[in-house]
Amino acid sequence: MTTTTLAVLVPLLPFLGAAAGLLLGRTAPGFVRPLAVLPTLTSLVLAVLVAVRQGGGPAVDSHTELTPTGSVPIELALHIDGFAALVAVLVGVVASCVQIYSTGYLRDDPRYPSYAALVSLFTSAMLLVVYSGDLMVLLVGWEIMGICSYFLVGHYWETPEARAASIKAFLVTKLGDVPFLIGLFALATDAGSFRITTVLGTVASGGLHHPTLVALLLLAGVAGKSAQFPLHTWLPDAMAGPTPVSALIHAATMVAAGVYFIARLLPVFQASSAAMVVLAVMAAVTMAGSALAALAQDDIKRVLAYSTIGQLGYMTGALAVGDRDAAVFHLMAHGAFKALLFLAAGVIIHASGTNSLAVMSRMKDLRHRVPDAYWTMTVALLALAAIPPFSGFFSKEAVLGAAEHVATGHTEHAPGAAGWIVLVSGLITAVLTAAYATRLWLLAFRGQGAEAPDHGRQPLSMTVVLWVLAVPSLVFGLAYGTLPDWFDGRDLTPVLTTSVLGTGLALVGGLVTYGAWRHTTAMAARVPLGAVVAHPDADAGTVEAEAIALHASAFGDVAYAPDPADPGRLLLGPLHRHAAVGFHLDAVYSALFVRPVQAGASLVRFLDREVVDTYVRGAAALPRWLGAAVRRAQTGNVQTYVSALLAGTVVLVVAALLVATGA
Amino acid sequence: MSLAAATAATARATTAAAQSHGFLSPTGVEIAFLLVGLVTFGAALVTVTTKQLVHAALWLVVTLGGLAVEYLLLTAEFIAWVQVLIYVGSVVVLLLFGLMLTKAPIGRSPDADSGNRWAALVVAVAAAAALVWVVVDAFRTTWVDLGGAPAGSTEVTGASLFQSWVLPFEALSVLLLAALVGAIVLSRKAKADAAPTPSARTVPGARNVPNGRSDKEGTR
Amino acid sequence: MHLAYPAVLSALLFCTGLYGVLARRNAILVLMSVELMLNAVNLNLVAFDVWLSRAARDTLHSGQALTLFTIAIAAAEIGIGLAIVLAVYRGRGTSDIDKLRDSAEPHGPDEATVTADEKAEATA
Repeated sequence: MTTTTLAVLVPLLPFLGAAAGLLLGRTAPGFVRPLAVLPTLTSLVLAVLVAVRQGGGPAVDSHTELTPTGSVPIELALHIDGFAALVAVLVGVVASCVQIYSTGYLRDDPRYPSYAALVSLFTSAMLLVVYSGDLMVLLVGWEIMGICSYFLVGHYWETPEARAASIKAFLVTKLGDVPFLIGLFALATDAGSFRITTVLGTVASGGLHHPTLVALLLLAGVAGKSAQFPLHTWLPDAMAGPTPVSALIHAATMVAAGVYFIARLLPVFQASSAAMVVLAVMAAVTMAGSALAALAQDDIKRVLAYSTIGQLGYMTGALAVGDRDAAVFHLMAHGAFKALLFLAAGVIIHASGTNSLAVMSRMKDLRHRVPDAYWTMTVALLALAAIPPFSGFFSKEAVLGAAEHVATGHTEHAPGAAGWIVLVSGLITAVLTAAYATRLWLLAFRGQGAEAPDHGRQPLSMTVVLWVLAVPSLVFGLAYGTLPDWFDGRDLTPVLTTSVLGTGLALVGGLVTYGAWRHTTAMAARVPLGAVVAHPDADAGTVEAEAIALHASAFGDVAYAPDPADPGRLLLGPLHRHAAVGFHLDAVYSALFVRPVQAGASLVRFLDREVVDTYVRGAAALPRWLGAAVRRAQTGNVQTYVSALLAGTVVLVVAALLVATGA
Repeated sequence: MSLAAATAATARATTAAAQSHGFLSPTGVEIAFLLVGLVTFGAALVTVTTKQLVHAALWLVVTLGGLAVEYLLLTAEFIAWVQVLIYVGSVVVLLLFGLMLTKAPIGRSPDADSGNRWAALVVAVAAAAALVWVVVDAFRTTWVDLGGAPAGSTEVTGASLFQSWVLPFEALSVLLLAALVGAIVLSRKAKADAAPTPSARTVPGARNVPNGRSDKEGTR
Repeated sequence: MHLAYPAVLSALLFCTGLYGVLARRNAILVLMSVELMLNAVNLNLVAFDVWLSRAARDTLHSGQALTLFTIAIAAAEIGIGLAIVLAVYRGRGTSDIDKLRDSAEPHGPDEATVTADEKAEATA
């Protein structure tokens, strides 16, 4: 088979798996698990084959036009360069792991068939986005991912949190998608084609008329999809979905699609230095703010969600300094270790029966209950905090190195201001990232108090996956030497200055947090906190759904717990209260958009009910009175009816006669 | 066939008798028509106003008989005798049976008229006024020539009936069959949920209709 | 003879029957009134047939043929009508038309079939 055929099969197989899963889900439940896992695994193998064949050489381009589609043709096009090949492998790995993990995690879930089919459909859409060489086809995959995300976040639709979160995720990402679509049209109008290669060629020859406008429009869609400030608020709430979904969609792949998109069209953004500065500011605000918020969250998954936003900020930061090699390098390393973090968090939630760090910090020996999760999560947290030699260190150093490179005057790709912004905020975020990673680890695994409940061993399908993902978290960073062959050929080797600075700051952050924890942990025993789910022995999905539903009722908020023993509280001081609620951005949106819309809606409702309906009711009054009068005539006496009928006949006859005779 | 032949013979004899009375000028026919018409109309009025239900049936006999005489005066002798046979002979008998079977009170019943009476009167008078006005206005001067061969002798009627009207005549026999079946079905349905005695009496009552018609059928 | 005489008599008889249909309470009396109306029409048919057979030399004698048909149909009608009245009487214990009010507004439209039959009968 040619590489093109293989590449076509990669997105097609999960799609067929999803269709078959949806069709057979009710009639043949035995086939659902194989149909979920096998197509994804096969497409992973094929993606690896494609990557090997592509081998970092010239991009594989192939296209066919199904039918003429007006002035700007839409073509089914493939564009597989080194980025596409490797990102597809990442998607395949994470999706396969998540599908295997889900067979254990949602073991007893009655909606597992539709869940697995949607995950397969999502995988297919993401692979389509990765391989597509046509912007319209890419948009199709982009929107399918959005709707899959909506359905999967709302998987536990019995809980109000999940319903609200799914609608919020959908609306916020759509808010970004509208300008995104307009941006695509503008781009295609200038280039005369939706083909990425043609678009890039147009940009290279300076044929783009409004680069800043187009870049900013596209940026809005990217901000929505990749959860960048100010459209990031949906991502923490999306944690109301099942943990494997969070791992696949809201950590490793879909949110990375925005970054990947910019990486593909980076020349378009580079054509406008204003857009690059905006991108840098967006990345900086996102990084620093999300890291602060992560330090204050109580829900373990929300910590990871804010951490995801921050790491995505690193990627956009790398793009803002014009280095897409570093961005995609970090994307891949982050995809692996963040998926691992989420999946391990799912195991911990199942074992402890809560998603609250405050409750976990009052459980002794939780790490002995879940040794696999403990060790793999330790590895992943070290990678997140960018401690050498874990993968996160190398990828993050590549980003910081690129920023330093630009900041020190090599500004052929990006404005120097962007370099400084990214460098400074990246270093600040490094401290904070290490701090919240340490806090998470200490609170979850070093708890003191009552023994953690024992629910027996976790399912094998869940623990094996953790070790599989731990391997890239450990060693993927060492690929910095070979990756440039696949990418643009930039040097990804860590620079000494930023390495020392970054690692040092990370160590400082971790040690300070440890100190704060030692200081506060004594208080934990004095303030008892605890709320554990009602069915701790059920399958992990049920436990998690109950834990999410429990948090708000037990602590008054989904994100926050009044725990004085939290080291984050000590570290953040007065800032903690604001960080816990995401710096009131939701309240701002509520005041700016939600409440005016609701006020407008109630005004319209008032107008409709009181004003419009008054006329309607008034118009109905006369017919109603007439109807009441006519109803009284319905006596049931046939003779009355016939009398009326004949009287009418006589009147008509007389009238007709008078008219006919001209009287 | 024999019955129809007898009817026809009688009709012809009567017509011959009417013709032989030469002193009845056309104006005399009018006077006779007027007098019989008054009797007929009066009997009809009594029929629809009397308080005694059985009397109403009997006054109906007078009305129908008066109409038969009017037919004769209009030289439609065959129809006159059919009128006597079917209406006076069977329909009125049927109605009397019906009155008896529904236990209609003998003697004066004060509630023979419904509360709709005044509205009915208004409608009827208005209709009568309108109709009479129109009819008089239209046919004030129209003259019917009653001389010559009678227009409704059995021969003429039979010829037109079996030459021009034979297809509707056959269709009518199907209608009569349907009426027969319908009457039986209605009576049998009642038999299922009512006491056997009244329904047993109903069946011959209902069958009387086709019987009454069967002499008509017999003319074929 | 003036054609107006039978025509006027026919109209008067018809309206008498009309009054009976509208005013009589007993269903059998209503049927009698219907017979009156039918006879009034018959008289009209015969009178006009006689007139046309002379004035217009009409040899079809449609008026008389139709009269015969009407008489046959009237006989069938009276049979069916009486069967219905008897069925109603057996079911309800009365044959008074103004007591059969199942189709009145406060009641539902159920069991209205008998009344509907009566209505068809009354308008016949």
